[in-house]
Amino acid sequence: MKIALFATCVNDTLFPGTGKAVVRILERLGHEVVFPEAQTCCGQMHLNTGYPEQALPLVRSFTDTFEEYDAIVAPSGSCAAMVRDWHGKTAARQGDHRLAERAFALTPRVHELAELLVDVLGVTDVGAVFPHRVTYHPTCHGLRMLKLGDKPLQLLREVRGIDLVDLPDATECCGFGGTFALKNADVSAAMCADKTAAVKQTRAEVLCAVDNSCLMHIGGTLSRQRSGVRVMHLAEILASDR
Amino acid sequence: MSDIAKDATASRMPTYVGMPAFPKAAHEAVADTRLRRNLAHATGTIRERRAAAVAELDDWAELRDAGKRIKDHTLEYLGHYLRMLEGKVTEAGGVVHWARDAEEANAIVARLIKETGETEVVKVKSMATQEIGLNEALAEHGITALETDLAELIVQLADDRPSHILVPAIHKNRAEIRDLFSHRMPSAPEGLTDEPADLAEAARRHLRAKFLSAKVAVSGANFAIADTGTILVVESEGNGRMCLTLPETLITVMGIEKLLPSARDLEVFLQLLPRSSTAERMNPYTSAWTGVTPGDGPQNFHLVLLDNGRTDVRDEEVGRQALRCIRCSACLNVCPVYARAGGHAYGSPYPGPIGAILSPQIRGIGSKVDASLPFASSLCGACYEVCPVAIDIPEVLVHLRAKAAKKLPEKTVMKVAAWGLRSPARLALGQTLAGRARSLAPHLRFPRAWADTRDLPPIPKESFRAWWKRTHGDSADRKDAS
Repeated sequence: MKIALFATCVNDTLFPGTGKAVVRILERLGHEVVFPEAQTCCGQMHLNTGYPEQALPLVRSFTDTFEEYDAIVAPSGSCAAMVRDWHGKTAARQGDHRLAERAFALTPRVHELAELLVDVLGVTDVGAVFPHRVTYHPTCHGLRMLKLGDKPLQLLREVRGIDLVDLPDATECCGFGGTFALKNADVSAAMCADKTAAVKQTRAEVLCAVDNSCLMHIGGTLSRQRSGVRVMHLAEILASDR
Repeated sequence: MSDIAKDATASRMPTYVGMPAFPKAAHEAVADTRLRRNLAHATGTIRERRAAAVAELDDWAELRDAGKRIKDHTLEYLGHYLRMLEGKVTEAGGVVHWARDAEEANAIVARLIKETGETEVVKVKSMATQEIGLNEALAEHGITALETDLAELIVQLADDRPSHILVPAIHKNRAEIRDLFSHRMPSAPEGLTDEPADLAEAARRHLRAKFLSAKVAVSGANFAIADTGTILVVESEGNGRMCLTLPETLITVMGIEKLLPSARDLEVFLQLLPRSSTAERMNPYTSAWTGVTPGDGPQNFHLVLLDNGRTDVRDEEVGRQALRCIRCSACLNVCPVYARAGGHAYGSPYPGPIGAILSPQIRGIGSKVDASLPFASSLCGACYEVCPVAIDIPEVLVHLRAKAAKKLPEKTVMKVAAWGLRSPARLALGQTLAGRARSLAPHLRFPRAWADTRDLPPIPKESFRAWWKRTHGDSADRKDAS
């Protein structure tokens, strides 16, 4: 199957390892990955911070770029949710009905990585090997907007050598929330302090999630606490093979 | 609560004077470890109980959808159903009054009480009267309004403000309440302990004397039935029922969105409300009355129908769903922001996620507090998940964020970012520059709001885009490059 990769701007710039991991997993499974180079950003930061008029051109460029593909993968729960739940609505609410129609037609073909693997490609065992103690944080958009359920866990359970442990209060938000982390820094830090305490309680070596932005927030706190716990995107664990 | 005063928007809902914007108020709350402990304990307990109570019903999703649809239908034909209600209440011997805003509502209630010659009234716990600042307005007329709900009584004795819709004294623990009763309640026994039963007994004695002597009661309403003119109040303690049955005059202040078309609709809401709010299968006391009944209960009944910005909210395509709210407070109990910031930080009687969308819509988004409220959320969506009438609170928050006034530095950052992200070439250039400057990154402490508690990730030397070009550069999809 030919799959277009929407790397997302944050991954592209700060976490290139995640995009590389997605390419590796999908090629290992025998699929063709393409990276449409005209892609940039889904516009989530602009929309969620209250700048829908700035998000609109990004919706347009995403639609122009990905319209021709049958399957699109975004290794980010919140970006996948932005595209699927908000692109059409954002265009419609700003009166661009032609774009809204195109976005509504395109967005069902956008999948988060775990969804693509489990629902579209029908695999849970991607041939990964990762002999470490891992705990999984279901990020809010993955959990409540995409309704990923236990799909990421289905994939992790099939990884050879993994010691998968439950995260206490897993469904509680880590406090990132995009610009929330800056606008309400005190509450955000308090939420993350509780999240990192739960992570440390599991004595896991690695915290895994499907969103690098949440991991940047939790990982940045774990790093400041000198906890020794690493954070890894689901794709990076699934790409490991020895 | 003498520090509630009127400002330009007070004709709708009072803003607490000197109330800072949410981040500043929350900053103080987050530092208060006792408050955070009290809140975490209380919300954590009710959260688990609610989930269990909801899980008992296998048709919860259908009930939730029915609740949403009934409310939307009623809002759509609000004028029709309100006129029907007015007709039925009048027919049953009640008197209906219409109030455009808080000021009008308060004036009507004050006049009605003055006409009875009384100077003290008992009150049933009511969010509508909190919203309009009724107690403070009555005090200006020399009328004392005594709260009879246990938690409201605690808050009133403490000269404090409610910090939760259902459990207004959630921020106080038992020891604090014992101290308060000992100092502020004249009838409190010597050596009062902080056992719940002892505290309840002290409150019972204090309130019983008031119930037996009161001639006037003021209540809100949970529901009103348009086709019969019946008003309902649901509660857990029974104190409300004492107020609703013993006095000679009953004055009910009701937001116009509390309406339901017919008694049949209660089947849905009397399941949704108690399970969502107190995690009870059914609330212990449901009181319903239709006008007046000679020889039974209050012989004078006044219904004050309160608009207070609601018809404006109703005209808002996205925001109107906030009017479906049945004040269950489930959204507060699951909100990670509320659990750390506490209810006072929201600057209005409606705290938590619902307060963050209701207050700026009712009051307008002009003040500092109101402009900060739509941002008082990480958009985690837990509130939407538990809302029994499916209010998409994150959607309304995002909608209101777009209406809040924009400050200059942020506006510029957003514009520049959007400009940079509109072109893959400009994004790639930014990535190259960031990659070259990456040796500086470990020393960066900017932005401070981030770097105070979190390390920034190292900036990679090569972006994904650059890696792809280097390794897959001959791919068939190169036509997309610009």
